[in-house]
Amino acid sequence: MSIILECNNLTKKFGNKAALSSLHLQLERGRIVGLLGPNGSGKTTLIKLANQLLTPTAGDILITGKKPGVETKKIVSYLPERTYLNDWMRVQQIIEFFSDFYVDFNKEKAYEMLRSLNINPDDRLKTMSKGTKEKVQLILVMSREAQLYLLDEPIGGVDPAARDYILKTILSNYNENATVLISTHLISDIENILDYVVFINQGQIVLTSSVDDIRKEKGKSVDALFREVFKC
Amino acid sequence: MPWELKSDRPIYTQLIEQIELLIFSGVYPPGAKLPSVRDLAQDAAVNPNTMQRALAKLEEDGLIITHRTSGRSVTEDASIIKKAKTELAQEQVSTFLEKMRLMGFEQKETVEIINGIVGGIKI
Repeated sequence: MSIILECNNLTKKFGNKAALSSLHLQLERGRIVGLLGPNGSGKTTLIKLANQLLTPTAGDILITGKKPGVETKKIVSYLPERTYLNDWMRVQQIIEFFSDFYVDFNKEKAYEMLRSLNINPDDRLKTMSKGTKEKVQLILVMSREAQLYLLDEPIGGVDPAARDYILKTILSNYNENATVLISTHLISDIENILDYVVFINQGQIVLTSSVDDIRKEKGKSVDALFREVFKC
Repeated sequence: MPWELKSDRPIYTQLIEQIELLIFSGVYPPGAKLPSVRDLAQDAAVNPNTMQRALAKLEEDGLIITHRTSGRSVTEDASIIKKAKTELAQEQVSTFLEKMRLMGFEQKETVEIINGIVGGIKI
């Protein structure tokens, strides 16, 4: 059993407010994991820490045993909550950009996915709808042959048909060496493809379990359990 | 092929039941080669590890055989399939009889109703 991502006593404070407090987590390779929690529970903070966009206040986060940095970014493919791509660029140019940037970028895969989703590589980002931009972004991230995919709300803005396609893409990219961590609120859409779910609340892990264990023990879906645990 | 997965029961159990049905109904006849775990998982839109576990259980039950080099196939032993199929039928009938009992029917009455319907179809 090999661990790809590990958090020990991980703490992140913004001023006095703790976004994550003493969080422990281990993710194995070859898993598709759902990171689920209500708004403000620390999901994005955790993912940003894994990408060195934030640094821990205390404790550490390790990817294949290393602290986030140049070496880990080579093997981590990250979909941020917000786009960082230049609006004036054409999809084709962005693909060249990514392929220069990451040795594990597979151009053919990217073009194939663009075709499946009817996106013209000559189009500029700024002419695209919000949902189409999100699709482009996700295509770029999934076209890398990475070892760890960190997807922050990957399906929030896209229509249900594209959602299905994206989930199939995640499944078809699956390999025993790579782990996919998906943070989302759209639990019922993704729970069938998950190995594990991690419930996070107020900066701490409140539950880790396999989807089938939850269904077996509680007799309800992960979605229903989430609604119960985080009832307002 | 459509996979229907309900959200309140383990996915793994439902995959087993549905693959069994495919075998019993002859979609995958005795000796037929099964698609790869990856293809089956993609088709059902489920996690490959879950599909893998379901197939492992079917293998344990003897319905599926794993070949070292050439994937998986349905057993050629028709008696194993027949036995599993009969067990499933028994389960279904027991559940049905229990429901009828709750509706206030004696077993004898239930059987009469069944005979009536079956007879009706024949005519």
